[in-house]
Amino acid sequence: MSELRDLYQEVIFDHYRKPRNHHALACANHFAHGHNRLCGDQLTVYLQVDGDVIRDVSFEGSGCAISTASASLMTEILKGRRLQDAENLFNEFHHLLTHADAHAAADLGKLEVLAGVREFPARVKCATLAWHTLQAALKDRAAQVTTE
Amino acid sequence: MKMETDVLLQPAARWRADFPVLRETVHGVPLVYLDNAATTHKPEAVLAAEADFYRRTNSNVHRGVHTLSQRATDQHEAARETVRRFINAASTREIIFVRGTTEAINLVAQSFARPRLTEADNIIVSAMEHHSNIVPWQMVCGQTGAELRVAPVNEAGELDLDMLGRLIGPKTRLVALTHLSNALGSVTPARRIVELAHAHGVPVLLDGAQAIAHLGVDVQALGCDFYAFSGHKIYGPTGIGVLYGKEALLDAMPPYQCGGDMISSVTFGETRYNELPFKFEAGTPNIAGAIGLGRALEYVESIGVNAIAAHERDLLAYATGLAAGIDGLRIVGTAREKASILSFTLAGVHPHDIGTILDHAGVAIRAGHHCAMPIMQRFGLAGTARASFALYNTRSEVDALMAGIAKVVEMFRP
Repeated sequence: MSELRDLYQEVIFDHYRKPRNHHALACANHFAHGHNRLCGDQLTVYLQVDGDVIRDVSFEGSGCAISTASASLMTEILKGRRLQDAENLFNEFHHLLTHADAHAAADLGKLEVLAGVREFPARVKCATLAWHTLQAALKDRAAQVTTE
Repeated sequence: MKMETDVLLQPAARWRADFPVLRETVHGVPLVYLDNAATTHKPEAVLAAEADFYRRTNSNVHRGVHTLSQRATDQHEAARETVRRFINAASTREIIFVRGTTEAINLVAQSFARPRLTEADNIIVSAMEHHSNIVPWQMVCGQTGAELRVAPVNEAGELDLDMLGRLIGPKTRLVALTHLSNALGSVTPARRIVELAHAHGVPVLLDGAQAIAHLGVDVQALGCDFYAFSGHKIYGPTGIGVLYGKEALLDAMPPYQCGGDMISSVTFGETRYNELPFKFEAGTPNIAGAIGLGRALEYVESIGVNAIAAHERDLLAYATGLAAGIDGLRIVGTAREKASILSFTLAGVHPHDIGTILDHAGVAIRAGHHCAMPIMQRFGLAGTARASFALYNTRSEVDALMAGIAKVVEMFRP
């Protein structure tokens, strides 16, 4: 039961019900579509990158509580960050989700609420869909990415 | 009413004891397995039959002169006879062992349909097919230029027979339809479909992956030309399934794969193919799997298909009644003729979240598009949660499902 509560924390419900930056971005200069083959969920990540700084970031699409909250939290933390920071964040975040004994690095901030996902291996793809899509957008791989 | 319930429940409680895996716990609570449309569990008798084959026989079929090889052949062919009897085929020559429903349909697509199709021709499926009864036809249409036509399904998830009738034309070469929809639980009027198609001289393939375990299947009464099913959805092993085909059609078809066992003689100048059914069984078959499937069908016969169907009908009606009372729950698939499957959505909750929370209560269901994305799109959904019943499920397991759903609703209440 406590595992379930660790997964579905209030912050997750808050971002699921009221996702932040949940819209298309007119001034985007990078974007990519993401697709979770397991459940059919799709989302689009938009970025406005200026030099090596992410000026703005948003997403469209709807999914489960975990994928929606993760996308919403991702957009919040990435605004104003350097590209290298974004890459580091994703690596730390992925490590947190896939290693039982991982401690959250200080700069993960609110992303730490998703640590409960590691007790649910079937849901790691939900939590990382937005991040995989972000990477595709930054690499300007116009093709759709999947979580496979 | 109470007495009637008990009478219905008692046998299921007895049948449960035959399935070892049902004694498992998950997350510290008893397993409530309601993902039977994905695969069913295996009774002790099937597990023993497979293990016995490897322990006491384990030889190749149709070739050796030694005792074990003869025993293996006898057991393998006895399983074929069990399958024949189970679906009431006219002859074991009409029973082809394959890996499963998917391979059976691919075999018909490539060996029966492909040589007959031109750009002028068409094949008809329905809007509620599993991907395995869509993609093989898309592929053969791509190879030949033929057209794939889709018979629509109404809001309840019932096949539109009138539209199907209008889609069938002089250039229709095959109608390939599900007998029981895995995503919605709709039972299609298979006999009427066959009559309709045959009136135009068009053969019919029925995808029986779901139906085989829940409806009594009599291929001669149905009149269908091909019937495909998988062993693992009727308490048998994975990796074994059956293609039934009318002998005259199978006879006229070229082999699907080539190799050992499917030939009668080979020279570098010419190869003569073996007779039915071996012509379609290239290579060493899944011998233990076939024997296990035969044992599974005998197990079902020992209980009786009608007794199982009555029990599952009770479970589905009970579950449907309780589900209808849950605020925000929508049942997807409300056909008048349904069997064994309750597909649903909950307002504001993604099916995957339902699946995770139910799993923590020990309740295993499927969440997603059920490999039937077109019918999900038809209903404007990315997916549903699906509970599916088998002979060993009980009303108290339905209660556990409903308690789990109540918990989901409570957790997601704003």
